[in-house]
Amino acid sequence: MTNDERTTYAYLCIGCPLGCRLEVDEDSHGDIVEIRGSSCRKGDRYAEQEHTDPRRGVTTTVAIDGGLWPRLPVKTSGEIPKDRVLAACEVLRRVRIEAPVEMGDVIVHDLLGTGCDVVATRDMARMT
Amino acid sequence: MSEPMQDVVVVGAGIVGAAIAHELSRNELAVTLLDREAEAGFGTSKANSGIIHGGHHTDTDTLKGRLEWVGNQLWDPLCDELGFGFARVGELTVALTEADLPALDHLIENAEEKDIGGVEVWSRDRICAAEPQVTRGVIAGVFSPHTAVVNPYEAVFGLVEAAVANNVRLRTLSPVTDLHHDGDTWTVTTPSATFATRFVVNAAGLGAAAIAHMAGVDGFEIRGRKGEEYLLDKRLRHLVRRVIYPCPTPLSKGTLVIPTYDGTIMVGPTAEEVDDPDDVTTTTAGESTAFAGARRLVPSLSERDVIAQFAGTRATIRGDDFLIGPTEAPGFVNVAGIQSPGLTAAPAIARYVADLLRHGGLEMPPKPLLNMIERPVHFASLTTEQQRTLADTDERYRRIVCRCEFVTEGEVGDAIERGATTVDGLKFRTRAGMGRCQGGFCATRCIELLSADLGIEMSEVTKRGPGSWLVLDRPDDEVMIEPEAP
Amino acid sequence: MIDDRPHVLLPNYDVVVAGGGPAGLGAAVAAREAGAERVLVVDREAEAGGILLQCIHSGFGLHHLGEELTGPEYAQRILENALDDGVDVLTNAYLLDIDNDQNLKLLSADHGVAILDTEATVLAMGARERTRAAIRIPGRRPAGIFTAGAAQRLVNLNGVLPGRRVVILGSGDIGLIMARRLTLEGVEVAGVFELMPHANGLSRNIVQCLHDFDIPLHLSTTVVEIHGRDRIDKVTVAPVDAQMKPVLDKAWDVPCDTLLVSVGLIPENELSRELRLRLDPVTSGPIVSSTMETSRDGVFACGNVVHIHDLVDFVSAEAELAGGHAGRFALGARPPHDNVRLQPGKNVAYCVPHTVTTDQPHTVYMRVRKPLEKSMLRLRDAEGDIVHERRLRYVVPAEMVTLKLRPGVLDGFQGDALQVEVVPR
Repeated sequence: MTNDERTTYAYLCIGCPLGCRLEVDEDSHGDIVEIRGSSCRKGDRYAEQEHTDPRRGVTTTVAIDGGLWPRLPVKTSGEIPKDRVLAACEVLRRVRIEAPVEMGDVIVHDLLGTGCDVVATRDMARMT
Repeated sequence: MSEPMQDVVVVGAGIVGAAIAHELSRNELAVTLLDREAEAGFGTSKANSGIIHGGHHTDTDTLKGRLEWVGNQLWDPLCDELGFGFARVGELTVALTEADLPALDHLIENAEEKDIGGVEVWSRDRICAAEPQVTRGVIAGVFSPHTAVVNPYEAVFGLVEAAVANNVRLRTLSPVTDLHHDGDTWTVTTPSATFATRFVVNAAGLGAAAIAHMAGVDGFEIRGRKGEEYLLDKRLRHLVRRVIYPCPTPLSKGTLVIPTYDGTIMVGPTAEEVDDPDDVTTTTAGESTAFAGARRLVPSLSERDVIAQFAGTRATIRGDDFLIGPTEAPGFVNVAGIQSPGLTAAPAIARYVADLLRHGGLEMPPKPLLNMIERPVHFASLTTEQQRTLADTDERYRRIVCRCEFVTEGEVGDAIERGATTVDGLKFRTRAGMGRCQGGFCATRCIELLSADLGIEMSEVTKRGPGSWLVLDRPDDEVMIEPEAP
Repeated sequence: MIDDRPHVLLPNYDVVVAGGGPAGLGAAVAAREAGAERVLVVDREAEAGGILLQCIHSGFGLHHLGEELTGPEYAQRILENALDDGVDVLTNAYLLDIDNDQNLKLLSADHGVAILDTEATVLAMGARERTRAAIRIPGRRPAGIFTAGAAQRLVNLNGVLPGRRVVILGSGDIGLIMARRLTLEGVEVAGVFELMPHANGLSRNIVQCLHDFDIPLHLSTTVVEIHGRDRIDKVTVAPVDAQMKPVLDKAWDVPCDTLLVSVGLIPENELSRELRLRLDPVTSGPIVSSTMETSRDGVFACGNVVHIHDLVDFVSAEAELAGGHAGRFALGARPPHDNVRLQPGKNVAYCVPHTVTTDQPHTVYMRVRKPLEKSMLRLRDAEGDIVHERRLRYVVPAEMVTLKLRPGVLDGFQGDALQVEVVPR
C-alpha cells in the first residue's frame, strides 16, 4: 500500500484546553493507519473513537404538565451514535408527560434502538 | 366601527398631545386621544432627555421663548397631581473660553427680560466647589435653580391616565389614515374606527406635516433632528448634582451631562439632521460626539460606563420655532415643530391650545369634580414600615421582579392594570429592565407576567407593539407518555 | 424541588447566606458542618439551585463529586445535601439590606418584610451577563436581542423559542452551549462571531456544539450594527484588525431575527456595594482574605460574586471554605489576620484570595492575561527574588490557574507582599 491511497481526517481534541489538532489517516479499506498531532495518549484514543464510532450524550427537555415549569430536562442514560442525535431530539420533541416526576425516572425506553433510555434529570413535583 | 360625536380629537399621544388631552379633560367635553404606537409616549417622548429647562435659554421674541418659562412653572402642580418622578436639581451653563462669556451674558439678559429670579453668574471657584467633577478649565458659569429633571415617559403615562380617568378616550395603534371635513364636522379615519368631531388637534410630532396634509393644510415641512443619549451606570450617582450645559451653539444646546431623576448620569443629546424621521439608530460617530462634548464639561466621563444607549428624533420645522395655531381648515389646529424645549413647554402649550379652541368657538364648562389617579407605588423608595404594610396587604409586593432597580411584582401588576401592554411599557412605568443588566434577568419575568395578567400567550407579548414579538411557541406535536421509576 | 411545608423564620441566625446556587448551598452546608446551628439560605427564585437549573447540559461535578452530571442533577444533589444537613432554605425571598450590626432586611413571599439578625453573612449572589450596551453595538433597539443566559431560561424553563434564525456574538461556553441547544430545538444558528482571534469556550464545546452541527465560527469578527425597526432583521458583521477595530469595508450582512449576546459575566454586587465592601476593579467582586472574608468583619463571599469561575466544582470548593469560616466566625472564632498580600504581576490579571497567611495551606485562583505554552508560575518578594515557583504546561485566559500553596512553602518568607507572575520558561 502507498501513501497515495490514504485519506486524512481532521479532529479537534477535546481532552484539555490545549485543543490539539488531530489527524487520522485511513487506508482504502477504512482502517486507521496513522494518528498524528496529539500531545498525549488520551488524544490518540479520542481520535480513534471519534473517527470510528463518534458518540454523544444528549441533553434536552420534554413537555411536562402540572409542574413548576412547562419543560422537564432529560438526558440519555449513555452516549448514542452522533448521527442519531438530531433524530433523538425529533422524537423527544413529541413527548409530553405529567408531573410529578423524579430524577432518574425513565421517560423513553431504548431510544431509537440505541440501548439508551431517556431519563429525567430533576424532580418535578405536581403543583397544587 | 363608528364612534359617537366628539368635541376634540387629539392626534398624537406624546408629551404634547397627552398634556392637551389632560388639560381638556378638566372640562365637560368629549375628547379622543389617538396614537399610532402601542402605548402613549412611544414616539419621540420616550427618548427625551427629561429636562425641564430653566426658561432663560430662549428669547422672548419666539413662541417657544414665551411658553418655556410658563411651562416650567406648571410642572410642580402636575407632579403633585400625577406622582411622576420630578426634581428641581438646578443647572449650570459653563463657559470654557473667553469667547463663551457673551453667551452667559445673554442668558442673564433673557432671565431679566422674563423676570426669572435666582439666575446668577457663578465664579470658577464657586463652580468647582459645588461641582467638583466639572472641568478645572471652567472660567465662569450661569446657575439657575429652576431647571428640573423628570422621567418624560412617566409624565406622559400620568397625563394620559388622568385624562382617561376623566373620560378622555385613548385609542392606541390608531394611525390616522384619512381626514375629511364636511360642514362643521371632521371625520377622522383610523384602520379600526372612524371618529366624527368638531375639532382636530394635530400633535402628531414627526407625523404632523402628513396629518396636516390630509386636512388640506400645507405650508410646513417636518425635518428630523436625531439626538443620541447614553445612560451610565448607577454607581456614578451624584457625579454631578445639577444639569451641566455647555454654552449653546445655533444648532443645539450642545451635549449635556444630566443627573437623571432616577439617579443615573445621562450624556447627550447629539443633534444630527436625518432624512428618515424614523432613524433612531445610535452610531459610533454619535457616541464619539456625545462623549467628546460631555468630557469637555466633565473630564472623568467614560464610554465604559454606558448601560444603555438610545436615540430619538426631534420634529423640527424651518425657523425652529413652535408652530401652534388654527389653520385655514376650520377646526383644525396645528401643534407642530415642538422640539426642545417642548417637554418644558408642554403644560403651557396645553393651556394655549385650550384657549385657541375656546376662541374657535368650543364651549368648555369646567367639570365640578375631577377624578384623581392613584400615584404609582415606588416600593424601593418607601420606608421599611410602609413596605411592610404594603407587603402584608398585597403579596405581589413580596416578590422582586427586577433586581437591578428593585421593582416588585406588585408594581409590575399595577402598571399592567394602568394600561401597560408591552415590555417597554412596563419598563418605562416601573424601571424593570432599565438598570445595569438591561433586562437580562427580568425581561423573561416581565413576559411571563404580561402573559398571565393579560391572558395571552408568551408568544403574543411584544416589546413595543405589533411586529416586535419576543418569543415563539414551540412547533411541537406531543404525545402523552407515562414516566416510570428506574 | 419545592418544599411545601410552611416556613418558619427565626429572629436570629448564626449564618445567613444570600443566594441559593451552588456557592450559597455549599457555604451553608459547610457552615453547619463547622458547628453553626441556625443557617438560612435566602434565594430569590421559586426553587433553590441557581443558574444550574437552566444549564441542562452535562459537564458538572467531575472534580467535586467524581461523576459527570447535568446542571439540574448537580443542583438537586447539593440542595438535598443542604436540606439533609439541616440548612434552612427560604425561596422567593430577597435580601434587601444589611446594616453595620448585621441586621438583615428581607423581602419574602412567605413573610413579607422581615428584619432578622445574624452573626455572619455569606454573599453568594453569583453573576450577571454583560449586555449589548456593555459592548456598545450601535444601531436600533428592536426586539430579539437576548443575552445567552436569558435565552437559555426561555428555552429550557419557559419552553418557548427566542426566534427562528439566530446569530450568536461571543464564543464563550454559554454562547456555544446555546448554539447546540437551539439547533436541537430546530432553530437555525447562522453563525457564532468572536472578536478575539481565538475561541473563548472549551474545545469540547467547539467540537460538540459547533462542529457537530456545521455551525460556522468566525474569529476576529464582530457585530457592528443591529438593524430592524420592530424585530431585528439582520446584523452587520465585520472582521477586526490587530487593534480590534472593525474593518468596515469588509463588512457583510447576516439576516437573522435574533441576536444572542454572550460576552461574559460580571459578579453581581448590588449588595456588596450597599455594604460598601472594598471591591477589586479587575474582578468587580469583593476583596477577600484567605478565609473568604470581605473587608467587613463577619461578611464572607464565595462563588461568582467574587470572581467568575470556569467550573461549578471550583465554586463548590470555594463555598466550603467561605461557609466553614462563616460558621466558625458565628461561633466566636477570630483567626489571626492574613500577613501577606498577593499582588498580580506579569501576565496575571488577578488573584483570589487577595491575602494569605504564611502558616496555612491555601488554594489561590488566578487568571492570566495572555495564553502561554510551557510557562512558569512564580512568587517573588519585594526585592524580586523568587520565593516559590511551579511549572505550568499551558495557560489560557479562559481557564483559571490554580496554585496550591502547601504549608511550609512560605515558611521562611518574612515580607508582607508577594508578586504573582506567569511567564515563559
